[in-house]
Amino acid sequence: MPFGNTHNQLKMNYTAEQEYPDLSQHNNHMAKVLTLEMYESLRDKQTPSGFTVDDVIQTGVDNPGHPFIMTVGCVAGDEETYEVFKDLLDPIIEDRHGGYKPTDKHKTDLNPDNLQGGDDLDPNYVLSSRVRTGRSIRGFCLPPHCSRGERRAIEGLSVEALGALDGDLKGKYYALKDMTEEEQQQLIDDHFLFDKPVSPLLLASGMARDWPDARGIWHNDNKTFLVWVNEEDHLRVISMQKGGNMKEVFNRFCTGLTKIEELFKEKGHEFMWNEHLGYVLTCPSNLGTGLRGGVHVKLPNLSKHEKFGEVLKRLRLQKRGTGGVDTAAVGGVFDISNADRLGFSEVELVQMVVDGVKLLVEMEKRLEAGQSIDDLMPEQK
Amino acid sequence: MASSFAKVMSSRTTGLIMASLGAGAVATGYLMSDNATVSADQRRKLYPPSADFPDLRKHNNCMASALTPAIYAKLRDKITPNNWTLDQCIQTGVDNPGHPFIKTVGMVAGDEESYEVFAEIFDPVIKDRHNGYDPKTMKHPTDLDASKIHSGVFDEHYVLSSRVRTGRSIRGLSLPPACSRSERREVERVTVQALAGLKGDLSGRYYSLTEMTEEEQQRLIDDHFLFDKPVSPLLTCAFMARDWPDARGIWHNNEKTFLIWINEEDHTRVISMEKGGNMKRVFERFCRGLKQVEHLIQERGWEFMWNERLGYILTCPSNLGTGLRAGVHVRLPKLSKDARFGKILENLRLQKRGTGGVDTAAVGDTFDISNLDRLGKSEVELVQLVVDGVNYLIECEKRLEKGQDIKIPAPIQQSRK
Repeated sequence: MPFGNTHNQLKMNYTAEQEYPDLSQHNNHMAKVLTLEMYESLRDKQTPSGFTVDDVIQTGVDNPGHPFIMTVGCVAGDEETYEVFKDLLDPIIEDRHGGYKPTDKHKTDLNPDNLQGGDDLDPNYVLSSRVRTGRSIRGFCLPPHCSRGERRAIEGLSVEALGALDGDLKGKYYALKDMTEEEQQQLIDDHFLFDKPVSPLLLASGMARDWPDARGIWHNDNKTFLVWVNEEDHLRVISMQKGGNMKEVFNRFCTGLTKIEELFKEKGHEFMWNEHLGYVLTCPSNLGTGLRGGVHVKLPNLSKHEKFGEVLKRLRLQKRGTGGVDTAAVGGVFDISNADRLGFSEVELVQMVVDGVKLLVEMEKRLEAGQSIDDLMPEQK
Repeated sequence: MASSFAKVMSSRTTGLIMASLGAGAVATGYLMSDNATVSADQRRKLYPPSADFPDLRKHNNCMASALTPAIYAKLRDKITPNNWTLDQCIQTGVDNPGHPFIKTVGMVAGDEESYEVFAEIFDPVIKDRHNGYDPKTMKHPTDLDASKIHSGVFDEHYVLSSRVRTGRSIRGLSLPPACSRSERREVERVTVQALAGLKGDLSGRYYSLTEMTEEEQQRLIDDHFLFDKPVSPLLTCAFMARDWPDARGIWHNNEKTFLIWINEEDHTRVISMEKGGNMKRVFERFCRGLKQVEHLIQERGWEFMWNERLGYILTCPSNLGTGLRAGVHVRLPKLSKDARFGKILENLRLQKRGTGGVDTAAVGDTFDISNLDRLGKSEVELVQLVVDGVNYLIECEKRLEKGQDIKIPAPIQQSRK
């Protein structure tokens, strides 16, 4: 909640033991890391804007575990959360991001020329390609904690910056609360419209407050570059198109992001970024690049193969249903994307997706032809 | 109402556009000069109340009808002694523009003092919800003497079950929207300790939601006693479901006629119920049980939240006063199809619901019929009103069965002046 959390002072009348959450049924990163001692040392702290440890962990307390994936169980309310509560968040980051240490440095690389290949994924199998990330505007609280005034200011600044994009990036903003019925239907048909969050993971963190105030969608006229404003992060930036030309998607992604960052800087704003955590976002799982690059790909044979999971693991890829993070696959079509976010650059991650998907399609073709895939098994990346 | 609403809407729109432009410009100006971290106090100055005023143009609840930019500006930066704010009170009303079946209240209290500190918004909401009851000038009567009820046994050919419920809050502890885990656990401890002292037909047992076995859970579901984690956004947006199921539980007596919910929407919800039509006995047990529980917590130095302006203090302003809903499940196959049914209920100050509770529609011919009012009339008055009203409805049903005509009764007087 905005403007400080003075209610936190009241809890100091009770002991840490009396306040400590019951995590006995829980299976998320927060529950694995938090101890009574840690809670005791953190509970009297708050960030300058008033975010407290209880605010950080509420979503993890309210959501003991997810059937498909191990959830983080924490959110940040502002940039300083990651500093003030580093005793809790550093081990969670380490566990979630493959051993990333508090002393490690994260590399940012948004130069699309560094990507090798990626323009020739077989469109008979690869139905669509997409790269997304998030950006937070420095100086503003994040969605779990921001006030209505802050959220509206974020919207205002974002719409102004996006309004200055031109060429193939030129587009239009649709505020959720002003949308006409026709606009809404069009955006649904284009698979662009995001809805009020229903996932309890998001609701419990306070991100859906005041919906749909100051939320909206911007997209270019070509419908290949899309920005969500004030959903789970200040900005979610998405480049996508049908078919397998990931190189083109990534090109547009980098160009668009760089331009947007320039436009913000012209107005005296920058994105939250530091050399340890990279780009700072609401959920610790999206730190670093915040990048999820993926495809919708037909793998009806490979997905039934006993080694499918192992192959994905070695390629550092993740499978999801085509409806997004909380869904299962339908009809042999999978959403395949990079599993990592932090500790690898944007180029490195998209390279993994491009190379990995190429291999998966080759395996699928082999299995179609009744041949073995044993010689194609990759090394652990 | 419509035209003044339209006028307010357009000035709000202008205000909003200017506020959001203004907020952006002010914020930009400040942050351009200094990229340092912004404290809560500085943030408060950057965003004047006008920048934060919620967009209520599509809203239809009591809070949205009463909240003006002026009231918001006055109250936004105030806090109760437990550090609860106006934004926290109204969040549920901002997030839930309107309900199809009933006009919702749209705000909750975080503690007893919320009703004082934010009186400027709570008072008009209370007035709207409770038919003109003015907390500034009126007093609420409390009367838990069940012997005063007459004709309180219904024809069981029509009335399937009878029930009376209310809520009680423990003074000194924050309410469910605001309470910390330890406060919630304290409510549980105080209440369970008191209930252990009940004897005779009231002696019973506590089932904590965190420790319940599978068998106990199934039995409580079969008895229609078990409450679940709230799914209604009206409740979840008011922060009441935090830390579920920690410190939540159900207590009931061995006879299964007296039941207490702990830490659901209020500190405690107290329910007396039985099959059949003996409302008098249900209310007698209700009053006796409540008085004994009150006595038991007083022995340990606790008391219920109560004052003579607002009666018993509960989380939702709709439950102030008596917090009492007395009702029956009653079959009214002919009357429910009569065009005058709604008007008859209205004049009798009764409300119909489906047999699944507040957010449901009726199934078949069986309705949940209960009192509309909570504040401004005593418990005895309200239960008598339900008794008289339900007897009248049954009379109507019988007359329609015989092909005779029925009359719409004269309206009952609402709030006392």
